[in-house]
Amino acid sequence: MSNLSISAAAASHGLYYAPDPSSQIACSIGGNVAENSGGVHCLKYGLTVHNILSLTVLTVTGEQLILGSEGLDSPGYDLLALLTGSEGLLGIVIEVTVRLLPAPEEARVVMAGFDSVEAAGDAVGAIIAAGIIPAGLEMMDRLAIRAAEDFCHAGYPRDAAAILLCEVDGTREEVMQHTAAVVQCFQDRGASSLTISQDEAQRALLWQGRKAAFPAVGRLAPDYYCMDGTIPRGQVAFVLSEIYRLAEAYNLPVANVFHAGDGNLHPLILFDASDPQQIRRAEAFGGDILDLSVRVGGCITGEHGVGVEKLRKMPSQFSTAELLQFEEIKHAFDPALNLNPGKGIPILKRCQEYRALPARHHHE
Amino acid sequence: MNEARGTALPGDHSEDIIAALRQARAERRPVYISAGGSKRHWLGRHCEHALLDISAHRGIVDYQPRELVLTARAATPLTEIEAALGEAQQVLPFEPPLLGGRATLGGTLACNLSGPARPWRGSVRDAILGVQLINGKCEHLSFGGRVMKNVAGYDVARLQAGALGSLGVLTQISLKVLPRAEKTLTLRYDMAAAAAIETMNRRAGAPKPLSGACWYDGALYLRLSGAATAVDSTAMQWGGEPLEESATPWHGLREMTLPYFDGAAPLWRFSIKPSAPLATAAERTLIDWCGAQRWLRGAQAPAEMHRVAAAAGGHVIVFRGGDRHSEVRTPLGPVQQALQQRLKRAFDPDGILNPGLLYSWL
Repeated sequence: MSNLSISAAAASHGLYYAPDPSSQIACSIGGNVAENSGGVHCLKYGLTVHNILSLTVLTVTGEQLILGSEGLDSPGYDLLALLTGSEGLLGIVIEVTVRLLPAPEEARVVMAGFDSVEAAGDAVGAIIAAGIIPAGLEMMDRLAIRAAEDFCHAGYPRDAAAILLCEVDGTREEVMQHTAAVVQCFQDRGASSLTISQDEAQRALLWQGRKAAFPAVGRLAPDYYCMDGTIPRGQVAFVLSEIYRLAEAYNLPVANVFHAGDGNLHPLILFDASDPQQIRRAEAFGGDILDLSVRVGGCITGEHGVGVEKLRKMPSQFSTAELLQFEEIKHAFDPALNLNPGKGIPILKRCQEYRALPARHHHE
Repeated sequence: MNEARGTALPGDHSEDIIAALRQARAERRPVYISAGGSKRHWLGRHCEHALLDISAHRGIVDYQPRELVLTARAATPLTEIEAALGEAQQVLPFEPPLLGGRATLGGTLACNLSGPARPWRGSVRDAILGVQLINGKCEHLSFGGRVMKNVAGYDVARLQAGALGSLGVLTQISLKVLPRAEKTLTLRYDMAAAAAIETMNRRAGAPKPLSGACWYDGALYLRLSGAATAVDSTAMQWGGEPLEESATPWHGLREMTLPYFDGAAPLWRFSIKPSAPLATAAERTLIDWCGAQRWLRGAQAPAEMHRVAAAAGGHVIVFRGGDRHSEVRTPLGPVQQALQQRLKRAFDPDGILNPGLLYSWL
């Protein structure tokens, strides 16, 4: 079942399912559990792990387990939390019970353009410091803004170095109060343009550009490589400037569209897959971005998962002992490594740099 | 890579803890992990393992209000953390019991203790971003981090919530904090338990700034927290008797100091479907978490309590008192029991970390 169809089914009761990844038309709730997906609204409403009550899971030996309960916790180890984000490596999720929230009375989007990514990054911190947790706080840089504007005509300022899309929601009075505070924050940080959604249609249009940013950027080059690192919020401006430096060094354009409120970056590296040299450069560029994320205190994946692609990056975030602990967990659920083999966690016997380790760790 | 290993900083006693644990492991001697000692005689089963005292391993390591992230060593008292947060107008969203200043961050996570705001602001399990722990092989490991989203590797950090220290000695914890609500207001309504359960669940279905809903002693209490405008307008619509802060039950609920919690009678905690009908004697029941957490006093038969919990879609534990030599938690099915035992062995192959505290077999 798709993520979006859950909220559609709940709408007649005035309820909705909060995590809303940009792929929500297509992505399934089972996949959301596997990746602990977030979305535009997770700063305020949490990730998948915060919004599910129970899972029905098949173990690798075909036994059925119900994890979680109709209450808010469970006895024993929290396997519900462990399975969430485990990329299908520990069991097969066949049914998900989600927690629904009452749809807010009102929501508004404030869009601000900035002349520098530094000013935009600073404004993100200022909103948090003002005691406001926005329902969504997204950032796009110039290449992404122009691509999205050409695609959707949402009214984005084409000359801005960066825009912030900040959604506040709640009761009518609260939304008015917080909209004013957000506008003040943006003005204080020198916003070059400000747009406040006046109705639902305008709010939807402002989001449409953001939600369609990936396909919009996709029109700029034959291929794009989407990265997914998370960094501390305060490092956004520094990391973006480093990404621009790398883009010049690798001679590949990059567009940035991301969850600024969570510090979850989604740089889109543009390249041409018919040129093997460009593929190599794009991969190296992406790898450098992930290393940079770890270096500033972040991680190699916020919500897209490790899969096969980022296996080789796991050692930059985890020590050998930590990777071995992951292997032991995998072993407890799936000793023969039958579930999604070759994904998620590196099995160390396949990792050249760990060949010298004692054989007992290798699940022989 | 993980920064806090290596050179010892003031307050960093992780090397001492590792040394003590190595000794225990060499002697195949189980330990009972203790910091503030505030939960020694409740929550877990009775055990007589030698104390592994980690109380010296304390201190706030990093706090960035603009990041909404705080990192502290496991034995840091919650009062110290709340004081630091208070200076930046921030709070621990899960309202853990402070237990007279003895409760520590590590113990709070290990016990997964959260206060009245739990249904709306999440639990300590929900706030956790990363942990460092020493596993049963005496390895000091780091999982998760200090950022809001992190799906690299398994969520070992969250797995520590409620594990009662049986998967590792927690040494350092990073968690998400939140701004303090601009305004808080409590409304009281004279009401019987059954009507209160219906009312609190109906209120929770509306998009209003509800942050507490409990019932005891013939009254329903609803707490509103958030933007002042939202709190005031909701209070106007909902009616009820507004209470002075000192007359509200929230502090007494959080710290379990309400008269209800006095006395030696066993204290049962049900974690169930919020709208489940009342199935225990109203005069001995206290309803919190908008119906999802219910307390019961009395020497009941465990089998009957397990049946009541299962019928209400949840589970029960003997929270305090009663027979703590037997199991104190709802039994698990054989498949899950075997899985939990294998998971325990994955972290603690020699069974030296708080064995038998959660279940006799774990």
